[in-house]
Amino acid sequence: MGDYLRPARLDEALEALARPFTVLAGGTDFYPSRVGRAIDEDILDISNIGALRGISRSGAGWRLGATTTWSDLLAAELPPLFDGVKQAAREVGGRQIQNAGTLAGNLCNASPAADGVPPLLALDAEVELASRQGTRRLALSQFIQGNRRTERRPDELLVAIHVPEMRQEARSRFLKLGARRYLVISIVMAAATVEVVDGCVGTARIAVGACSTAARRLPLLEAALVGTPLDSGLTDRLDPAHLAPLAPIDDVRASADYRREAAFAVLRRLLAEVAA
Amino acid sequence: MKIGFSLNGSRVEWSGAPVTRLAAALRDGLGLTGTKVGCDAGDCGACTVRLDGRQVCSCLVPMGQMEGRAVETVEGLAGQDGTLAALQKSFLVHGAAQCGICTPGMLMAAHDLLVRTPSPDRAQVEDALGGVLCRCTGYAKIIDAVMAAAMPSAEIVARTGEAVGARLARLDGVRKITGADLFGADVVPADALWIRVVRSPHARARFTLGDLGPLRARLAAVLTAADIPFNGYGIYPDTKDQPVLADGLVRYKGEAVVALVGDRTTVLSIRDEEVPIAWVPEEPVVGIDAASADDAPLVQADKPRNLLLDGGVKRGDAGAAFTACAAVAEGTFETAFVEHAYIEPEAGWAQRVGDRIEIHATTQTPYMDRDEIASVMRLKPEAVRIVPTACGGGFGGKLDLSVQPLIAVAAWKLGRPVALVYTRPESMAASTKRHPARVTAKFGCDADGKLVACDVTATFDTGAYASWGPTVANRVPVHATGPYAVPNVRTWGEAFFTNAPPAGAFRGFGVPQAAIAHEAMMDELADKLGIDRLEFRHRNALRAGDTTATGQTLEHSAGLAQCLDALRPHWRKAQEEVAAFNARPGPKRRGIGVGCMWYGIGNTSMSNPSRMRVGLAVDGTLTLYNGALDIGQGSNTIMTQIAADALGLPVAQFTLVTGDTDLTLDAGKTSASRQTFVSGRAAEAAGRDLRQQILRLANAGDDARLSLAGSVLTVRDGAEVRTLDLAKVGPLFGEGTFDPPTTLLDADGQGIPYATYAFAAQMATVEVDIELGTVKVLRIVAAHDVGKAINPTLVEGQIEGGIAQGLGLALMEEYLPGRTENLHDYLIPTIGDVPEIECLLIEDREPLGPSGAKGVGEPGLVPTAPAILGAVHHATGVRAHRVPLLPHRLREALAKLEKGTSR
Repeated sequence: MGDYLRPARLDEALEALARPFTVLAGGTDFYPSRVGRAIDEDILDISNIGALRGISRSGAGWRLGATTTWSDLLAAELPPLFDGVKQAAREVGGRQIQNAGTLAGNLCNASPAADGVPPLLALDAEVELASRQGTRRLALSQFIQGNRRTERRPDELLVAIHVPEMRQEARSRFLKLGARRYLVISIVMAAATVEVVDGCVGTARIAVGACSTAARRLPLLEAALVGTPLDSGLTDRLDPAHLAPLAPIDDVRASADYRREAAFAVLRRLLAEVAA
Repeated sequence: MKIGFSLNGSRVEWSGAPVTRLAAALRDGLGLTGTKVGCDAGDCGACTVRLDGRQVCSCLVPMGQMEGRAVETVEGLAGQDGTLAALQKSFLVHGAAQCGICTPGMLMAAHDLLVRTPSPDRAQVEDALGGVLCRCTGYAKIIDAVMAAAMPSAEIVARTGEAVGARLARLDGVRKITGADLFGADVVPADALWIRVVRSPHARARFTLGDLGPLRARLAAVLTAADIPFNGYGIYPDTKDQPVLADGLVRYKGEAVVALVGDRTTVLSIRDEEVPIAWVPEEPVVGIDAASADDAPLVQADKPRNLLLDGGVKRGDAGAAFTACAAVAEGTFETAFVEHAYIEPEAGWAQRVGDRIEIHATTQTPYMDRDEIASVMRLKPEAVRIVPTACGGGFGGKLDLSVQPLIAVAAWKLGRPVALVYTRPESMAASTKRHPARVTAKFGCDADGKLVACDVTATFDTGAYASWGPTVANRVPVHATGPYAVPNVRTWGEAFFTNAPPAGAFRGFGVPQAAIAHEAMMDELADKLGIDRLEFRHRNALRAGDTTATGQTLEHSAGLAQCLDALRPHWRKAQEEVAAFNARPGPKRRGIGVGCMWYGIGNTSMSNPSRMRVGLAVDGTLTLYNGALDIGQGSNTIMTQIAADALGLPVAQFTLVTGDTDLTLDAGKTSASRQTFVSGRAAEAAGRDLRQQILRLANAGDDARLSLAGSVLTVRDGAEVRTLDLAKVGPLFGEGTFDPPTTLLDADGQGIPYATYAFAAQMATVEVDIELGTVKVLRIVAAHDVGKAINPTLVEGQIEGGIAQGLGLALMEEYLPGRTENLHDYLIPTIGDVPEIECLLIEDREPLGPSGAKGVGEPGLVPTAPAILGAVHHATGVRAHRVPLLPHRLREALAKLEKGTSR
């Protein structure tokens, strides 16, 4: 049987990471990958570190603690900027999973279909990684490298997610496409955050998930939207070429061709909702 | 590590490894087995508990996080004095629990909602319960129960002689809603040894075992093929082709190779890589085409052409008749492997008692298990005792052996209790599936829309072993005409072995696959002639007096036309609503479809008797000895309702003894929708037999009324009142037997394959998103001729649950070996996917059945996929030739259609 550490302080946790541990918080990805076998690895349980949980204002933005659950996020009073990530929070598993699963866990697990990633990409989120050597911040888009691959070193913990404030009124939306209503792994999902300037798009950030090894921003589309009035014409800006960063695959849920086509349709609807 | 926390309001201490799952600690350490484990992966929600006032999956909570926290489980819902909570009462009255394995999770999720929202609407219920899967109920009655929980209605009590037809709460219901019912994994003794099965990672491979000595030194035993006295089992006497443990050759991925027996922690800690197996993988035979190719490698060496069997039905001259048809429709339809996905994985334990072996396991068929275990162990059947546990869903999948032979062999050898509980991936990899089918159908009719000819060939992938393949291949040719009168018929069924999981029994035995084909043909013919699709079916419906393709004249109880009559007003209304909706622009298109079916009750042209016994003991205990296993469908209640009225005493006075092969007679298997019709008729006869004995003793007439108080039985015959003191009379037993009258089918498939048939018609309204290819089923209306609804609530439960599975078959379920061996990659409908369902019960009495009843277990599922697919065609013009109609498949078909019309 392995060790099981459950420190109350972050520095204790970081000290422990001088040697390899499997990090455990909400358990919603940890246990499913260990069905029917004895668990004998060394475990660092970070759920008791109060400083890692909760949402607060920090400087020019918000700090989302690593072990903040999806339900915590839903219950938090946050500006419309967070509407999209809240919509995603409602689609993460069932209520049971939302009550236990953590934001950082979703990012560190780095599934190509992680529901939290596109909306956080669309929020231009950064992750804060801590180790005994200190902390560093990385853009989320840099942090997640691919399917189940992140930039987290074994001696680091993802301690928080930082979301910058927007200067202007912001709108954000999230859409998910799956083959059933609840408890479904996305075939395609998309998230948008748009800054509104005089009724037009000031800046736009759009991300699509489950269509590449990691969710991707769509810079060409974002650029194409700038300056467009937020009305029914917004969807006309969308062009298939904007989806170039996506590299969908065939799997049990859908074909690659379908994903490409569906991503386009989902994006159009997403823009329509943003404009509505 | 010692951990203290609050459990249902009481402080408890637990010690063990902190990484232990809360679900395991509750069940194993703290003895609260009300919390069920269906997947250990957060996919099914059966283990839902409340933790600090929020619902969570207890399989995902480490005990290391539990210090000082508060857990509520299903055992804490009722009051300390046993008073049921309002929510529990509501579940009971609405029939919201069927098998009961998801019920604790459903209750806890619902409780979590009701604490915050005492009078929720449907959407709130769906959101709150979306994380718990149910495979039995179709969720309808669960939603009703939660929405009515604030004011549950009173339980119905039937007066003496009025039990049949009453919506009685299921007799085992309280056990199911309190967490007290004991399933396969709930009854394992603490001192039992555990088995972990090492399974093949290859679909086809030869292998040799290395030196097992080192492993044997660490374990109680390591079983291989050499340890199995007779290493072959199978459903029919001539198909004992499946080894308990593979012997040098594996034929499907997931096949059992080696069984590790030892203490639980040790067997679970041994990785597959530590077991010395040298594999030589071979190219597997995948799919019907590969299996039936001229040069195909053989899956089983003694089965030439990989053919399991073939056969068909011939009547009139179909070939010639087509030439005279005014309209002909043709098509080929393919279906996938479908997984039963009962929420209870296979589980049980065994012990040697002297020269007998006792098996406590989840099953649908105790007597077949008994005889099969006797065969495997080379014992006499009397040396085997099967004690069925509660069965957490079966749907045909628990008709085959699973854990039984390994626990029996190990317990026999070691003289200690031995348990085996499948994990979810293991259950999915090892167990049988629905047969993938390719059905090629051609139907023709005259200018009036009367069917003239039918030619259907159904080819099945039966997987690596025969299992129930012969049953499927026999049943389908009989049913392939659909429930219609067709004078000229040629139907054919054939099944081929492949290197895939054995395809076995799954609710409908191939008929759901065939129904997709014949119903598509009905739609096409109706459209060709410009006849309404429902009216076309009505015109051709088999009616009493008609002769079927096997030459059987239906004397009674053929209520399809009545079912369609009942649907007609709903159909017309929906037609108008859909037309109005589609007049609006947008990517959503609606459509309606109708599906019909017939289903022969019981075995095909084979004896399948049931025997039942009712006993009245000297102390007045009235017992139904019931061998008809209740796997959630409600036979415990149905049998008692029937026996009670036949005897003339109230249901409430009955005690039940169920399934134990030492205590009950053989009532056959719970399959083929046969229990109400066959065992019900036997229960009726047993009740009548006991009544006759009592009337004789009291010298009373047939109309006498009985009442029982303690050991005193009072018989009122008109003005005369006689009492019998049972203590003096001695114990009384009534016995009843029924075997439905059938005949063998001749070379042309002519004969009487079934004594009676159920009929049904369902209509579906769907909304298709034509941009995304997604289908949302908005409503289903289901009209079923059940002969007589013994308990309408339970009948509706069967229909609603069947519909959910039919919806899954049509739209989302596809088992791919090695890729969908869990409940997040293999999708079954959630509470948000099953629409509102309206059941219309048609009672065209079957004189052979108890009070006129037939069966409804499988019929609920059969017409659903055809109705949905017909509705998709109505909405979009796409005829689905392959199911499941996943979004990408529908979108592909839509694109083809768009190209075709723009040209």
